[in-house]
Amino acid sequence: MNLKQTPLHDAHVAAGAKMVDFGGWHMPIHYGSQIEEHHAVRQDAGMFDVSHMTVVDLRGPRVAEFLRYLLANNVDRLQETGKALYTCMLNEAGGVIDDLIVYHMHGNWYRMVVNSATREKDLAWIREHAAPFGVEVEEGSELAMLAVQGPKARARVHEVLQLDEGVRDMAPFFAREVGDMFIARTGYTGEDGYELIVPADEIAELWRKLLDAGVRPCGLGARDTLRLEAGMNLYGADMDESVTPLESGLAWTVAWEPETRDFIGRAALEKQKAAGVTRKLVGLVLEERGVLRNHLKVFVDGLEAGEITSGSFSPSLGRAIAFARVGSEAGEHCTVEVRGKQLPARIVRPPFVRNGKPCV
Amino acid sequence: MSDIPGDLYYTRTHEWVRPEEDGTFTVGITHHAQELLGDLVFVELPEVGAEMGAGDDCAVVESVKAASDVYCPVAGEVVAVNEALADEPEIINRDAFGDGWIFRLRPEDRGSVEDLLGPEAYAELIAEEEH
Repeated sequence: MNLKQTPLHDAHVAAGAKMVDFGGWHMPIHYGSQIEEHHAVRQDAGMFDVSHMTVVDLRGPRVAEFLRYLLANNVDRLQETGKALYTCMLNEAGGVIDDLIVYHMHGNWYRMVVNSATREKDLAWIREHAAPFGVEVEEGSELAMLAVQGPKARARVHEVLQLDEGVRDMAPFFAREVGDMFIARTGYTGEDGYELIVPADEIAELWRKLLDAGVRPCGLGARDTLRLEAGMNLYGADMDESVTPLESGLAWTVAWEPETRDFIGRAALEKQKAAGVTRKLVGLVLEERGVLRNHLKVFVDGLEAGEITSGSFSPSLGRAIAFARVGSEAGEHCTVEVRGKQLPARIVRPPFVRNGKPCV
Repeated sequence: MSDIPGDLYYTRTHEWVRPEEDGTFTVGITHHAQELLGDLVFVELPEVGAEMGAGDDCAVVESVKAASDVYCPVAGEVVAVNEALADEPEIINRDAFGDGWIFRLRPEDRGSVEDLLGPEAYAELIAEEEH
């Protein structure tokens, strides 16, 4: 088997994981029931091995200048140590190369966490554009990453790790270094929690301690239903290089001010905005029973208006939900073609679930 | 092997059939099938009264990530469907051979069940598929 393994591979197998090929990585899709794992994160605490993701450290006297140019959101918003933001990285046409979180650690050190599937593409792009700024680009190696998420997640981590009050009381979207661990109050589930980056040889013990503290192992299946309910995009499904953030529900991540800040893709986005953006990403809730799936066609007033980009079943709502890219004029209702039938759906503004409760 | 009850017949597409005393056949999907699918979230049941041919797709079971057709094992008329699955599709995950039955069929020919697989042949099929 020539799939890549994370340092937690054996722990997954021991926990009864159903392992699958996830973009060349051998990863757990669930440990028995992805729906139970989903509920565990909404109600309690679950943990996800996300070691397949890519950590990129950027250093140098001109690093902030570089990132102001590289990223569509503005890192000047990160004035405090450890502050983080979510942003897209665009090409010259305004198309999305990846979405990522960037942390301003201190001084001239910024850390980015980018997607696993886009690793090579992202690193090549970053290195190419960093060169004129003299910024050092280093990919994290021998690291493992664990996301602990849920209303009780931080409490469990506090039971297991000795953390100073300053770290324990850290606000959302902040990160700290604690010894050789990087701890960030960020996540991809819509719940509170931490994402922890540690040296690879320390992860198995951390996993074991959290398991003993009652945190439930959760797989990629639950990760996908959780993020969709929380209204979070998935790169490769909801956006890619052929669409801009403005067509992907991500206009809020583009920092237009100050007008003098040029960033890669700005000109293309301004042109698109001036001409009027013709498509938008919306949320769908299926009125009746069924499941919505990627690429199903969406109809408005009987005319084909777009397609589903991410479709799934929402365990918290007990209904099928989806993101769909449709014409900007689409209103509050549509139908989705499923196995030859037109099923009615409501068009809503994500998120579908907030604070563990349905909000659509 | 308790996952393959000895008193049932099986198809290559992972349905099971139980001949009932009143001449009907009860049909569901096997424990092996539900394990492959994962948590089921929706079942589309056949219509009562529908006439099916052997091999016709007559129902759909959906998990979060995939929809799977259920094929009618032998020709006949659908005489009952398991309405409980409409609200609780996960019954199939819990009890595929019992409470998770999907529909009942009045077969055109009761003898047609002999064309299906017995438990040992089904066990071999699963073993082959796992390699």
